[in-house]
Amino acid sequence: MILRRPFFWIILLIAAGFIYLPLHGNNVSLREDLILIAIAIILASNLNLMIGYTGYVNFGHIVFYGLGGYVGLYLTTVRGWNLVLSALVAGLVVSLCAFLFGLAVLRLRGAYFALATIGILEAVQAFVSNFDPWGRSTGMYLSFESYQPLGGAMRALWITYFLIIAVMALSMILSLAIKNSKFGLGLFAIREDEDAAVVLGVNATVYKAIVYSVSAFLPAIAGALMFYKNGMIDPSIAFEYMLSLEGIVMLMLGGQGSVIGAALGATLYEKLRSYLLTSPALSNFHLVISGGLLLLVVLFAPGGLIGWLYRLMPRARKVIE
Amino acid sequence: MSGVLASMIDGLLVGAVYGLAAMGLSLIWGVMDVINLTHGAMIALGMFSMYLLFAATHINAYVLLLPTIGAGLVIGLVVYWMAVHWVVGRSMLMSLLSTFAVNMIVIGIGTAVWSTSPYNVNFVLPGITIGAYTFTGNHMAAAISAVVIALALQFFLYRTRTGKAIRAVADNREAAELMGISSTAVLSIAFAIGIALACTSGALVSTLFPFTILSGGVYQLKSFVVTILAGLGKPFGALVAGVLLGLLEGVVTPFIAVSWIPLIEFGLFVVVLVAFPQGIFGKRASA
Repeated sequence: MILRRPFFWIILLIAAGFIYLPLHGNNVSLREDLILIAIAIILASNLNLMIGYTGYVNFGHIVFYGLGGYVGLYLTTVRGWNLVLSALVAGLVVSLCAFLFGLAVLRLRGAYFALATIGILEAVQAFVSNFDPWGRSTGMYLSFESYQPLGGAMRALWITYFLIIAVMALSMILSLAIKNSKFGLGLFAIREDEDAAVVLGVNATVYKAIVYSVSAFLPAIAGALMFYKNGMIDPSIAFEYMLSLEGIVMLMLGGQGSVIGAALGATLYEKLRSYLLTSPALSNFHLVISGGLLLLVVLFAPGGLIGWLYRLMPRARKVIE
Repeated sequence: MSGVLASMIDGLLVGAVYGLAAMGLSLIWGVMDVINLTHGAMIALGMFSMYLLFAATHINAYVLLLPTIGAGLVIGLVVYWMAVHWVVGRSMLMSLLSTFAVNMIVIGIGTAVWSTSPYNVNFVLPGITIGAYTFTGNHMAAAISAVVIALALQFFLYRTRTGKAIRAVADNREAAELMGISSTAVLSIAFAIGIALACTSGALVSTLFPFTILSGGVYQLKSFVVTILAGLGKPFGALVAGVLLGLLEGVVTPFIAVSWIPLIEFGLFVVVLVAFPQGIFGKRASA
């Protein structure tokens, strides 16, 4: 049972902290910082399901977030649906697309799949930039009335924030649940040796398509919420290639394959990034520094921070997953 | 109809350059089983080295290909020892991520130096006019350069000792080592040649179209498509497949908006991968 894992309660504590801190004293600027961290954690945790658990690199993970944002904004603005329903539908639609797509593309092994994900990103972006109902390359704007059902803009922003934190907690719980399930063991088997896994009865193609589509669900919901909060979307911000890449850096930094590793990496990286972007001397070089960091982690500490912690304290594995 | 024909010929000429770019990717992939994600960044570096060399000298841009090749070889060696040597033979994930990290570093430096605004190399060779259509001299010169370099590589791989050593290592690294071939030296040379090809193709592209530091990504995607079409480790097949891709682009561009092309290329990529996992020209099974 997942409730018996100590780590489950740690996740809830983290989420409670995220909610309590900005509410205490109505600290909006802290909220905006935390929201970026929460989005980073959502992206990194779900990417972890692919990279850390299954051993498949997805360079285009941001596609889910962007598509979710588009579907969500389309439903709230053009169709006038309420936010929670639109976000859920966005998640389901994007997951379904990912599943169908995954069945075709995930017959590819390892590196070929990684290349295909770069193509998916380019192709989806090309499609959305030419798609009329979604405003082509100019994108879509949210009408201000859409905030009314939630009681005005100010309340709406807080509600969106709580929803995003909930998605963040769910992402980590999902990672934890998959890690401790038979499905998760199948994924680990695929990661270690796909041929052997197939011989032992793991239906690798279906497993991979499922995990691909599961890793799409929560990022799509997060995208729907985030772009609702921002009030606008266009192809270049929805499918920001950089964010997709930074997700990989976060994951490797914290420790791929570990639930807290993904979250820790996301938090630290997001802090580092906001520091670099605001520092006048370094803002031009934040990509260089991220790349250098990734290279160092890959060459010298492939387990990331958590891998290092595990080596230092092998017993930590029991509590920190 | 003649418009389509003209566009096809244009596509053929540009396709030779795609082929050259893909040869670099294919060589590295085939020899050391590393998918070089610095490819796009190296293409962009080639573009900017041509830009800088031309701005400094103002001589015939196609003569400047020679220093570009030299620069590419040096950059290739640096990248090999910085990021690739340590991950050869480790899991694919590691080599993907380490080359990818180098890609981020190069693009980051490039963005800081040149921003992402467009540049062009202002060098024009006189073209040939047939009826209402003009084939620019640059397109023809670029295609001829690409084919000459491809033939030179073919000669190198099949007729020289080093080239044969590269092929031997690609075939079976352990057996090659038992025959007294230093695989480290061979791998670093092959990697350097692969990068030099990417830089050269970037330099050729820069004489045809305006470019930014991010333009390499587009050609990287095309290189993947071409490599997959050709089958792994078949550098000359890559040239042929590149010409085919160029031809395809030439056929479709009169009818659809250019912004759809990535979608078409990607569709092709997936269809080929799923239908012909060993490439259209390939027969050897590969992982």
